[in-house]
Amino acid sequence: MEISGAEIITRCLAEEGVEFVFGYPGGAVLEIYDAIFKQDKFKHVLVRHEQAATHAADAYSRSSNKVGVALLTSGPGATNGITGIATAYMDSIPMVVISGQVGTPAIGLDAFQEVDMVGCSRPVVKHNFLVKDVRDLAVTIKKAFHIATTGRPGPVVIDVPKDVTINKTEFSYPASIAIRSYNPPTKGHPGQIKKAVHLIGEAKRPLIYVGGGAVQGNASQEVTELVKLLNAPCSNTLMGLGIIDGTDPNFLGMLGMHGTFEANLAMQYCDVLIAIGARFDDRVISVPNHFLAQPKKIIHIDVDPSSIAKRVKVDIPIVGDVKHVLTDLIAVLKETGARPNAEGLADWWKQVEAWRKPDCLHYEKSAEIIKPQFVLEKLCKVTQGNAIVTSDVGQHQMWTAQYYKFRRPKQWINSGGLGTMGFGLPAAIGAQLANPDAQVACITGDGSIQMNIQELSTAKQYHIPVKIILLNNRYLGMVRQWQELFYGNRYSETYLEALPNFEKLAEAYGHVGMRIERPEDVEPALREAFTTHKDRCVLLNFITDGTENVFPMVQNGKGLNQMDLPAHMRNLQQTPFENNRDYGNLC
Amino acid sequence: MRHILSVLIENEAGALSRVTGLFSARGYNIDSLTVQTTEDLTMSRMTIVTHGSDDVIEQITKQLNKLVEVVKVIDLSESEHIERELMLIKVRAIGKDREEMKRMTDIFRGRIIDVTEKTYTIELTGPGEKLDAFIKAIDSAAILETVRTGASGIGRGERILKI
Ligand SMILES: Cc1cc2nc3c(=O)[nH]c(=O)nc-3n(C[C@H](O)[C@H](O)[C@H](O)COP(=O)(O)OP(=O)(O)OC[C@H]3O[C@@H](n4cnc5c(N)ncnc54)[C@H](O)[C@@H]3O)c2cc1C
Ligand SMILES: Cc1ncc(C[n+]2csc(CCOP(=O)(O)OP(=O)(O)O)c2C)c(N)n1
Repeated sequence: MEISGAEIITRCLAEEGVEFVFGYPGGAVLEIYDAIFKQDKFKHVLVRHEQAATHAADAYSRSSNKVGVALLTSGPGATNGITGIATAYMDSIPMVVISGQVGTPAIGLDAFQEVDMVGCSRPVVKHNFLVKDVRDLAVTIKKAFHIATTGRPGPVVIDVPKDVTINKTEFSYPASIAIRSYNPPTKGHPGQIKKAVHLIGEAKRPLIYVGGGAVQGNASQEVTELVKLLNAPCSNTLMGLGIIDGTDPNFLGMLGMHGTFEANLAMQYCDVLIAIGARFDDRVISVPNHFLAQPKKIIHIDVDPSSIAKRVKVDIPIVGDVKHVLTDLIAVLKETGARPNAEGLADWWKQVEAWRKPDCLHYEKSAEIIKPQFVLEKLCKVTQGNAIVTSDVGQHQMWTAQYYKFRRPKQWINSGGLGTMGFGLPAAIGAQLANPDAQVACITGDGSIQMNIQELSTAKQYHIPVKIILLNNRYLGMVRQWQELFYGNRYSETYLEALPNFEKLAEAYGHVGMRIERPEDVEPALREAFTTHKDRCVLLNFITDGTENVFPMVQNGKGLNQMDLPAHMRNLQQTPFENNRDYGNLC
Repeated sequence: MRHILSVLIENEAGALSRVTGLFSARGYNIDSLTVQTTEDLTMSRMTIVTHGSDDVIEQITKQLNKLVEVVKVIDLSESEHIERELMLIKVRAIGKDREEMKRMTDIFRGRIIDVTEKTYTIELTGPGEKLDAFIKAIDSAAILETVRTGASGIGRGERILKI
């Protein structure tokens, strides 16, 4: 029997096991919405802005092993979705986006709500398709899911003209698909793995540096096993947090611009660096020349060859899926018994512990004013480190990364590569739908929350009980911090006047709103939100210290060993950068 | 350094714009680009002439390989290869210049493929330098129009690029 393109779409999504489609209707997708109305295999979640559809679908993927799907209408619907697509792209998140398009005869005629979506999205997708013939639709959808989820994951856009959704054809969904031009690597080269093992056997100061690729590749167990086998210190990028338990003694915390003192110095002074699914981002290693001036050998495991030797030359590249490569690497390590030099490693740990001792995340507690760090410590305590935490972008994001001790991967959902304000709330909605039984918290700022605050309405409609932790400092805090440090306190356009009454706003949307002004009320408020209001969406408006800054901080252009440190460590500040500096002299 | 890359790519709508988009988005140079389907009509072959440091060329090759529609990429300049470019050039050919143009065309092993009372249209193939040399050799005032395809390249000897 022949069925319409619209019905083919819904049938394909059902075949892919899709539970939720995040979307917003419009003229070009009316047929698809009609087909959605007539089926019961998946639910549609009506967001209030298409940007939120793509963020929610993205976070649905980030917080599960499933693929988020977004549905956008042509023109403004599609362009509104672009920010969310770019956000997923920068963090290598699998996602399938279906956008409506004007009918094929109208393409190119500046038709109503026509935009070249394939062209607009091209720089921010892993791949995209324009389907011009209904007979290609099913196989294209199959390809899209395959491409989005394999190799280095990423978003895939399928642009479907309206007539293609109306036209009919026989439906069959391929069980599998092969694309001759697309064969992502899986296993690493055995010769390279042997070389890596040999190098590890010579290491005195090893460091295991793990990023988002290990999270996407579900390699938490393998990473943890490697860390324990070598007894090496381990640090994560912002995207890798949770890959190893945040309370593990081998874990040094996050590294990079706002990484810990110990992680950044270990990164600078290690002699063998094992990089796993991480891409030597500029927010991580800062300036490559500074980073490399301290000689080190680098093993780099990544499924995308173009991530290797992009910013930093490495000694042993291993192209492959992190889980496969680590499994093989661990097997050879066990077989050969190769381990880092015992004496060297003991000295190295002594050094690392010395760096750890001053506790760079210590901050001045206050009995008068709520410190943002304090809220996060309490949140971690109240949720026992088990909540799924999404965040927006700014200081609050960095404090979350520093103070919330994530226990497992896919628990920490944030926009790292693009740094998209407005991500947090729709992401929390997507994460909650993927994990209906989990506690979900959205950490946000007074600036960020207003970028997608309309999603409070979506949360109401679908009874999404997320807890919004608003660290309200009355500033675009992260920008204000830079203005304080580098622009002589000229706070150009970073003070947010005329802020709404956030708790009333939450109430207006039908949620619970709370205002918390005193430190002693922080923990009780959090407990109330997570117990009394367990099943409600709650906005906790924490009025925090607006002058607080995020430390440590590696300024632009500085080396990892040249951090700006918090007040209690200022005496260690500005270790001068020198070639071949003996790591033992620091601290 | 100058490099000449050969790319096998699926013959699909939009594939070319992915390649050119990649070069402009990442700030790579395209000196020339040629493309046409191969004997297998589902596949096209591109020749891209570019320049950059070894690191940049390595990234270009990797980024090209990453495009879903790209089947294979090789850097022809890594070993012996042949390059050819086609030029069509229309020149003024009057009076005694007419004979001179004909002579130059013969020397460069070109062919005159269209003639009017006042002009010749000359077809010339060869490595880019040869075409440059021809342009230099004739009187620049006589040149009315030039069209060049950019280089196409192929490996020497047994070396082939196929899936
Ligand atoms: C305000 C702000 C401040 C920031 N400060 C910091 C900071 O202090 N520290 C920090 O770390 N980041 C920071 N970031 C984030 C930073 O911008 C980058 O997004 C982040 O560092 C990149 O993380 P990553 O290296 O883990 O790479 P990702 O972007 O997660 O990339 C993953 C890598 O793994 C590879 N990969 C994917 N899947 C697999 C697989 N299955 N097998 C093998 N490889 C795979 C990919 O090819 C890619 O190379 C900040 C961002 C913002 C917005
Ligand atoms: C969409 C978008 N616009 C601008 C920025 C630049 N930016 C980065 S952090 C920041 C301030 C965020 O302020 P707020 O959400 O209040 O968080 P805080 O830093 O105060 O915790 C801005 C404007 C961005 N990351 N994203």
